[in-house]
Amino acid sequence: MRLVSKTSQYVVMSLFAVIFLAPLVWMVSASLRPEAKVLSVPPQFLPTDAQWDNYRQVFELIPVFLWNSVKLAGLNVVGILIVASMAGYAFARLRFAGRDAAFMVLLATSIIPGIAYLIPQYIVFRQIGWVDTQYPLWVPKVLTPVFATFLMRQSFLTIPQELEDAGKIDGASTFGIYWRIMLPQTKPALAAIGVFTFLESWNDLFGPLIYINSENLQTLPVALAQFQGEYFTQISLLMCGATVSVVPVIVVFLFAQRYFIQGITMTGMKG
Amino acid sequence: MAEAPIPNHQPEIRRARRKANLVGWLFISPIVVGVVAFQFFPILVSIGASLTDWNGISAPKFVGLRNFTELFGNDPLFIQTFKNTIYFTLASIPLTIGIGLVLALLCARPIRGVAFFRTAYFAPYVTNVVAIGFVWFWFFQPDNGVVNGLLDQVGIPGPQWLSSSTWAMPAVIMVSVWQGIGYPMIILLAGLQGLPAEYFESAKIDGAGAFQRLRFITLPLLTPHFLFLLITQFITSFQVFGLIYVMTKGGPGHATSVYIFNIYQNAFGFGKVGYASAMAWILFAVIAAVTFLQWKFQKRWVFYS
Repeated sequence: MRLVSKTSQYVVMSLFAVIFLAPLVWMVSASLRPEAKVLSVPPQFLPTDAQWDNYRQVFELIPVFLWNSVKLAGLNVVGILIVASMAGYAFARLRFAGRDAAFMVLLATSIIPGIAYLIPQYIVFRQIGWVDTQYPLWVPKVLTPVFATFLMRQSFLTIPQELEDAGKIDGASTFGIYWRIMLPQTKPALAAIGVFTFLESWNDLFGPLIYINSENLQTLPVALAQFQGEYFTQISLLMCGATVSVVPVIVVFLFAQRYFIQGITMTGMKG
Repeated sequence: MAEAPIPNHQPEIRRARRKANLVGWLFISPIVVGVVAFQFFPILVSIGASLTDWNGISAPKFVGLRNFTELFGNDPLFIQTFKNTIYFTLASIPLTIGIGLVLALLCARPIRGVAFFRTAYFAPYVTNVVAIGFVWFWFFQPDNGVVNGLLDQVGIPGPQWLSSSTWAMPAVIMVSVWQGIGYPMIILLAGLQGLPAEYFESAKIDGAGAFQRLRFITLPLLTPHFLFLLITQFITSFQVFGLIYVMTKGGPGHATSVYIFNIYQNAFGFGKVGYASAMAWILFAVIAAVTFLQWKFQKRWVFYS
């Protein structure tokens, strides 16, 4: 006997699905409504006579924000994959003095809450003229991927020694072994880190909020929050912007869900 | 491996070892430079700053522990944001883990369409807080919002939500739970899928019902996952910021002003860098202490098979 029958399980699961999806559906449908009908009583979840013109108006405003989001996500993903895979490879497969101590020290830094170093970081960046530039939104992140390094190390540890030995016999350099032989073996971990980094960069609020003042440098989600009174004066247009800010993430998530979930469970529970 | 007794090879070995050290450190140099420059150094500055009166521009003035005594003795707003954060944390942790468990149990059964449901429950987790905050901000409008519209249809007069100092925090907690549930769900789902089937079969043979199997086999076997979630959820909920910033900006009054929001305002709004740094280190102490206690008391209830 099961605790619940299949039918009642479907009913319960569908109810939950409505709770989790309805606000997102409402966002899309509100983005397509005429402004006067956005907040109707009783509430409507499906659009009638779709106002595609809302999107035309919004796309006159947001390409620059969209590009900033894409650019920063790209810089973070590529940078973190390179830095973390190099360090992860060294910590897993190379022998050198101070290796384990250095790894422990890196892990130890991750217990300090980010806010403790974000404040002095801000002051230093202000001193060197990095406030109101996009450098603080990728340079410090790309150079401190402690978590991703940990994941890459785990992944490199699982590769059989014979592969590496074969490379050595062929006379490949250490960098050649890492780049051509070992790195292709860690694709699942690279994919997981890539998806994580993309989402984190895309959804970041705190960084763009404190560093960016110029509108032409702002990311899409934060631009919506910062300029809502100035440019996105109507709720329907705000919802268009919100929808556009969510779609890339949902697309990436749908295609890479497997790696994303793998990443969460890998980092979460080991054994 | 230091005293290899082959004297004529020693220089070669030493050279090889020096090269290996150099190559290893070259591989880790980007992250080492980064962590030193962007974390270690700022951490040291932050520790120092917490003992000063400093606006981040002019020279810091050493004040000893005055920031700390001021915070606990003479700053009612700090105490209130501390309490608000505890309220937020204590309400959201059991809700996220509890509902996350229900969803994980539902999704663990291999039925048709389960992937769709899992994705649906997880979708808010990957959605940015600005979009989510906006949607729920309008949902919670007292007169023409969706939430009160639905309550109205079942005959319940809805409260003022985000403009009520009583109901703003519950509203924010609801949204946070709604958004965050995907994470515990995935962790617990992975845990459920890793449980050894033999236990359940022998329990079935012994005549244990579905509820008994859940109570006496599934839940005890998941306790390591619950411990992990308690620790991580505490750390993240105690540092909630985004939703609060988008939905209420800490208001009405200071009803939803939480710890990180208070630090944010002091450091980046009022330029009280020393004061905000002191708050950051109190935060660190709280998180470290609670994590330590959770770790220490796990023997009482966590079951390792």
